[in-house]
Amino acid sequence: MGYQGHFRVWRGSDQGGGLEDFTVEVNEGEVVLDVIHRLQATQTPDLAVRWNCKAGKCGSCSAEINGKPRLLCMTRMSVFAEDETVTVTPMRTFPVIRDLVTDVSYNYEKAREIPSFKPPAGVAPGEYRMQQVDVERSQEFRKCIECFLCNNTCHVIRDHEENKESFAGPRFLMRVAELEMHPLDEADRVPEAQSSHGLGLCNITKCCTDVCPEHIKITDNALIPMKERVADRRYDPVVWLGNKLFRRN
Amino acid sequence: MPELERHSFDVLVIGAGGAGLRAAIEAREHGMRTAVLCKSLFGKAHTVMAEGGIAAAMGNVNSNDSWQVHFRDTMRGGKFLNNWRMAELHAKEAPDRVWELETYGALFDRTKDGRISQRNFGGHEYPRLAHVGDRTGLELIRSLQQKVVSLQQDDYAETGDYESRLKVFQEFTVTDLVLDDGKVAGAFGYWRESGRFVLFEAPAVVLATGGIGKSFKVTSNSWEYTGDGHALALRAGASLINMEFVQFHPTGMVWPPSVKGILVTESVRGDGGVLRNSDGKRFMFDYIPEVFKDKYADNEAEADRWYADPEHNRRPPELLPRDEVARAINSEVKAGRGSEHGGVFLDVSTRLPAEEITRRLPSMHHQFKELADVDITAQPMEVGPTCHYVMGGVQVDPDTGASSVPGLFAAGEVSGGMHGSNRLGGNSLSDLLVFGRRAGAGASDYVSGLSARPVCSDSAVTEAERVAVAPFSGSDGGGENPYTLHMELQQAMNDLVGIIRKADEMDQAIKRLDELKRRAATLVVEGHRQFNPGWHLALDLRNMLVVSECVARAALMRTESRGGHTRDDYPQMEADWRRKLLVCRLSGPDGSVEVVEEPQIPIRSDLLALFEHGELQKYLTADELEG
Ligand SMILES: Cc1cc2nc3c(=O)[nH]c(=O)nc-3n(C[C@H](O)[C@H](O)[C@H](O)COP(=O)(O)OP(=O)(O)OC[C@H]3O[C@@H](n4cnc5c(N)ncnc54)[C@H](O)[C@@H]3O)c2cc1C
Ligand code: SF4
Ligand code: SF4
Ligand code: FES
Repeated sequence: MGYQGHFRVWRGSDQGGGLEDFTVEVNEGEVVLDVIHRLQATQTPDLAVRWNCKAGKCGSCSAEINGKPRLLCMTRMSVFAEDETVTVTPMRTFPVIRDLVTDVSYNYEKAREIPSFKPPAGVAPGEYRMQQVDVERSQEFRKCIECFLCNNTCHVIRDHEENKESFAGPRFLMRVAELEMHPLDEADRVPEAQSSHGLGLCNITKCCTDVCPEHIKITDNALIPMKERVADRRYDPVVWLGNKLFRRN
Repeated sequence: MPELERHSFDVLVIGAGGAGLRAAIEAREHGMRTAVLCKSLFGKAHTVMAEGGIAAAMGNVNSNDSWQVHFRDTMRGGKFLNNWRMAELHAKEAPDRVWELETYGALFDRTKDGRISQRNFGGHEYPRLAHVGDRTGLELIRSLQQKVVSLQQDDYAETGDYESRLKVFQEFTVTDLVLDDGKVAGAFGYWRESGRFVLFEAPAVVLATGGIGKSFKVTSNSWEYTGDGHALALRAGASLINMEFVQFHPTGMVWPPSVKGILVTESVRGDGGVLRNSDGKRFMFDYIPEVFKDKYADNEAEADRWYADPEHNRRPPELLPRDEVARAINSEVKAGRGSEHGGVFLDVSTRLPAEEITRRLPSMHHQFKELADVDITAQPMEVGPTCHYVMGGVQVDPDTGASSVPGLFAAGEVSGGMHGSNRLGGNSLSDLLVFGRRAGAGASDYVSGLSARPVCSDSAVTEAERVAVAPFSGSDGGGENPYTLHMELQQAMNDLVGIIRKADEMDQAIKRLDELKRRAATLVVEGHRQFNPGWHLALDLRNMLVVSECVARAALMRTESRGGHTRDDYPQMEADWRRKLLVCRLSGPDGSVEVVEEPQIPIRSDLLALFEHGELQKYLTADELEG
C-alpha cells in the first residue's frame, strides 16, 4: 500500500531559499497536505505551511504543485506516479514569508477598496424578497473560498509587480460583478470597475477560471459581462442610466 | 528579550468566527475601539466549514413555526439540561439575526415567494434552517467579514484610516490573559509569522475561540480547535460547565484514512438520505428511544411520506437528534453489520435524481468525488461518528455573555449552557450571532461603566513570556516531541473518553493525562520562533491537556447517560442529574482541575408551560413537577 515518495519542497524566507529533497512515506488515499504534515512530524518540524479545514473549504492551503496553482488539501497523491518527484513551491505572485507561506495582504487591501453592499433604502430587514433565479448569479461568485489562486495565476500581476497598484485581480473584479448582479444592491459599480479596479487590464485569457478550485466561471460569468457593460455605456451612456443590465425587468 | 509590541483597545475579541465577528461589529457600533484577534487568516475561521444551515423560526416554509416551537426543540435536543434563558433568547432573536445578515449582503437560497428558504434538520419540528446549498458557514462568515470591511470603509471616510475603530490582527495567537486584581487588563500572545510577542491592553475581552475537537483522533475539527479559549478562561479564574458533553456527529467520512472524520452534512439526511447497514436494512427504525416514539415514524412507508406530507406523518428516524443516530451507528458497527471500512452506508443516490443531488448538496458531491472517488449520485457513502462539537464551555450570564471574571465575556462554541447535553444541527450558527451580538454589547456596557482602566503589570507580562518560550529551552533528559504527545493525547481521548464511556476507562484516561502533563513539561522544539508549527503545537498542547482533563473528570462524575455523554455502566438518563451542573475550575498552585456539582436554575414556569405534562414527566423529577 504505502510507498516512499520523492518530494522537493521550497524552503526559505524573504531572504531567499531553494528546493530541498525529501523521501517520505505516502499512503493510500492521501493528499499532498498529508505528506507535508508527515514531513513536519518526522523530518522538518519547522516546515511552514498554511492550512485549516483540510477539506477544500477555507482556501488557506494554496501553493504550486509541479508548477500548477492548487490547494494542497485537495490534490490527491494518486494523480502522481509513484516514482514521480512532486515539487511543492509557494504561490509566486505574493511575497514569501517562510517556506510555503506567502504574504497575501495584497488581497485584503484590494477587498477593502471595493465599495460594500449598499442595502436598499426603505426595505426593512426581513422584508427582502428575491427570486432564486436572480440570486443564483451572485451565489456562484459567493462560492469563492478566497484561496487567491486566481489572483496568483493572473499574468497581469504574476510577473508584473507594477500592476498590483491598479489591478484588483480576478477575485475582486468578480466581487464587483457579484454586487452588481445582487438583485437588491443599490450602488452603480460599472464605471469604477474600469477606472479604479483595472478591469481593462484583463484580456480574458481565462487562466484564472482554469485554476479555481470551486470551478467558478470567473471570466465567462463575471469578467466578460462586466466588460460588456462598460462597452455598452461607452457607446450609449443614456440607455444604462438607472437600468442595471443584470437585473431582470 | 526584544522590545515588546503594545496595543491598546477598549474591547478585544479573541476569535474571528461567527461569534467573534458579530461581537466585534456590535462593540464597534457601540463606539468601542475594537480589535479582533485570530489564529488563521481573516475569513477562514472554523465557521467557514459549517454546511447545513442556520436555525431560525422565521416560518417561511411552514408558518406554524414560532420561537416557542424552536425553544421546545432546543430543550428536547439538549435533554432539558440547557440553560433555559439562553435557549429562550436564542429562539426569540435568531430570526432577526438572520435577516440582519441580508442587510450585510448575504444571499440565502429562496422560497418560491422570494423569502429565505428553510430546510429540515434533525430534531427540528419544522423546516427551519436557512441555508445556501451546503456552504452556509461560508456565506455567514463572508457576510460578517464584508460587514467588518464596510464599517472600516465608513471609518476611512471619516478618519482617513480604515483601522481607526476596528482592526483585525490575523495569524496571531493569544497565549494568556493578563489580569489586574482579578479583573481583565489585557491579553498576551505572538504573531504566528514572526514569533514576536505582543501585549494588548484592554479592559474587556470577548472569548470567541470555538471548540476543542483537536484533542480527539477522529474529528471534523481543524487545528484551530485546541480549546484555547476554554483554557484561557480557566486560567483567568472563570468556570466551565457541561464539559462532559461532547457531540459526536453521526456522519463523518471513514475512508480513506487521511480524510477520516471529515464531516458529511446532516442535510444529506434532511434532504432524503437514509442509513443502511451491511444487510441493506434501514436500521434507524430499531433505535427510536421511548421519549421520541410519538414524533418519529416506525415504518418506512410513513417515513417516506413525511417528506411530502409532514402534517400527517411522523418524521424518519434518520432525523433523530445526533446523539441518538451516532450511538445507533456505533452499535450497528459493533454488532458486525458495518461497512468494509468500519462505518455504515448513507445513501442518497437511490432517493433523489442525480441533478437534484448535485444542486442541493454540491460540496458533498465535490468532497466525495475528489477525496474518496465516490460519486454520491450513484453510490452510497460510508460514514461513521466523528467528534464534532463541545456543548461545554465558559459559564456565562445569558443576557450579556459575562463570565464570573470581571471584563471577561464569551460567546459561541466556547461558551456553555445554551445547548445543554446535546446541540441540534443549525443551532450553532444562530447561537454565534445571537450571543456574539449580546457579548459585544455586554463588553461595551462594561467598559463604559468603568471608572479606571485595569493595568497590565510588568511581572505578569514577563511570566507570560517565560511560559511562551519555555519549549525552546527544553529540560534535561526530557526532549519530548510535541507531535508525538499530541498523537498520544488524541488516541487516549478517542479510546477512553469517546462516544461510549466506562468508569475504568475514564480512570485510565485521567492517569494518562497526568502522565502526558508531566511529559509536556519537558517538550522541546527545534528551530526559531518564525512561523514554527512545532512551537505552536507545543503551546496549544498546554490548553488541550487542561481541557481534556475537564472532559474526562466531569464525564467520570456524571453517572448517567444524557445527550453527548453515554455511559456503558450507567445507560439510563436520571431526572435527578438534570438538576445538576458539573462546574470545572482550576485550583491550587499547580492548577489542577477541580469539578464540583452545582444546582441548575429551575426553568421559568411560563416556559415549562410550553410543554405537555406527559413530556415533562420524562425529564423532570416528581418534586419539580409538583413545584
Ligand atoms: C464541518 C462542520 C460543519 C458544521 N456545520 C454546521 C451547521 O451546518 N450549522 C451549525 O449551526 N453549526 C455547524 N457546525 C458548528 C459550527 O460551525 C461551529 O460550532 C461554529 O462555527 C463555531 O463558531 P465560533 O464563532 O464559536 O468559532 P470559530 O468559527 O471556530 O472561530 C474561532 C476563532 O477563534 C480563533 N482562535 C482560537 N484560539 C485562539 C487564540 N488562542 N488566539 C487567537 N485566536 C484564536 C480562531 O482562529 C478562529 O478565528 C459545523 C462544524 C463543523 C466542524
Ligand atoms: S481572464 Fe483576465 S483576470 Fe483572468 S487570468 Fe486572464 S487576464 Fe487575468
Ligand atoms: S475565485 Fe476561485 S480561485 Fe479565485 S479566490 Fe475564489 S475560489 Fe480561489
Ligand atoms: S486547508 Fe482549507 S482549503 Fe485546504
